Amino acid sequence: MDRSALPDLVCPAGSLPALKAAVDNGADAVYLGYKNDTNARNFAGLNFDAKTMAEGVRYAHGKGCEVLMAINTFPQPGRVADWRAAVDGAVDLGVDAIILADVGLLDYARNRHPQQRLHLSVQGSATSYEAINFAHREFGVLRAVLPRVLTLAQVEHVIKNTPVEIEVFGFGSLCVMNEGRCWLSSYATGESPNTVGACSPAKYVKWDKKPGQMDTRLNGILIDRFADDEPAGYPTLCKGRFEVQGETYYALEEPTSLNVLEILPEIIKIGVKAIKVEGRQRSPAYVTQVTRTLRAALDAFANESERYHVKPTWQAELAKVSEGNQATLGAYNRPWR
Amino acid sequence: MNQGFTIPKFQLPGFIARIGEKLPQWPHAVALTTALNAAAKLGVLPADSLAALDGKTFVVQVYDTGGQAAFTYRGGLFRPLFSPAGAPDLAFRANLSAFLQVAARQEDPDTLFFNRELSIEGDTELGLIVKNMLDAVDLSQFRLSLPRLPLNLPFSQR
Repeated sequence: MDRSALPDLVCPAGSLPALKAAVDNGADAVYLGYKNDTNARNFAGLNFDAKTMAEGVRYAHGKGCEVLMAINTFPQPGRVADWRAAVDGAVDLGVDAIILADVGLLDYARNRHPQQRLHLSVQGSATSYEAINFAHREFGVLRAVLPRVLTLAQVEHVIKNTPVEIEVFGFGSLCVMNEGRCWLSSYATGESPNTVGACSPAKYVKWDKKPGQMDTRLNGILIDRFADDEPAGYPTLCKGRFEVQGETYYALEEPTSLNVLEILPEIIKIGVKAIKVEGRQRSPAYVTQVTRTLRAALDAFANESERYHVKPTWQAELAKVSEGNQATLGAYNRPWR
Repeated sequence: MNQGFTIPKFQLPGFIARIGEKLPQWPHAVALTTALNAAAKLGVLPADSLAALDGKTFVVQVYDTGGQAAFTYRGGLFRPLFSPAGAPDLAFRANLSAFLQVAARQEDPDTLFFNRELSIEGDTELGLIVKNMLDAVDLSQFRLSLPRLPLNLPFSQR
């Protein structure tokens, strides 16, 4: 198979070293954001200021790697100018595409910068081809990132009915995946990805270590308790263990990672244009490990096609960096819709 | 990065920690703060992140060497704390191998945290600032060659 027919490998960059790690290990594109609440990974100390952003774009473009700018939170009352300034800044930097979620901002970008390539963020929560075609017709969106709620057959159905390129998640931590519509973090803390750019912001998180156990509290609410040898997860409500009718268990979802290596041939066959790796909050070490593994898998498919098989070393590398005990195919292989 | 060699996961024998705990702890703090001040002086630590550390107290504890370093950041300098009072604002605790793996950018701190090999206690947001500040240091600009480590350690790896 011609390598140019492979889906793009889109990798996360929360810092300049992470960006370089992605570029150097075979990413076709990196996605990143500013050091503020215009993107959904607005964590303390993470992301790019003007200087590192310019250097990052230069580095990636110098090595033929695309740069996608995530401006995927929703402008807050009275502060629309901040989000518009972020869009203008991204255009000035010469990024290859801007990833947007808010329709008002999509409209602004379309009218103000008609030549700029626009992608619809997963936070835009478009799961049907009608929604995606609307974004295409109204705002000229050329690619949509699908929320992690569709089966592979549903993804294929979307692809068959839209001229818009489709990007899907290929690896990373899973949550309840109601992307762009989840208010669990706001329920506990008053802040959510849509409003402040972070789920379960760190200032509300307390890891309380006692002999033999560790409690996780989110804004004072006990959301999990781990024994010393139990793996921990991110401190989000959806991954907490709660007492329900006398039983304590993962009432919403167990910490889990998505890993699509097993169904990579099907993903390519149905015409997915890009595969995204979650994890801008992770370190350069993670970006290195995941990028090089998915690159190896994609290249193996290009070379071997029908003989493609998942190598144990790939799975071992990905299992190591995964959140939770298990990796799943998520919604992709659900028997129900 | 860590091309050429890999730091294995290991745990030093128990007697090392038992001895280490009895030794004075201040040299660790002096060494660590000297290194951090050198990094700050090179301008590789982002100013906005450093500002967030002002007045905070930190402990880095290495379980299996029995060593720990207590320090603070005040007035633009990391300073050792020789007699720390009360709980620090932030504590990182792990075995030596985990710290080495993070320092060499071989493992992601989140990975080690999920696996319970790295403990973070105290002000979680401060922890995130420190983690992200260290992640953002662009080692490639120094052409760093990592020191050869004595990896054929005379004890079993886990």
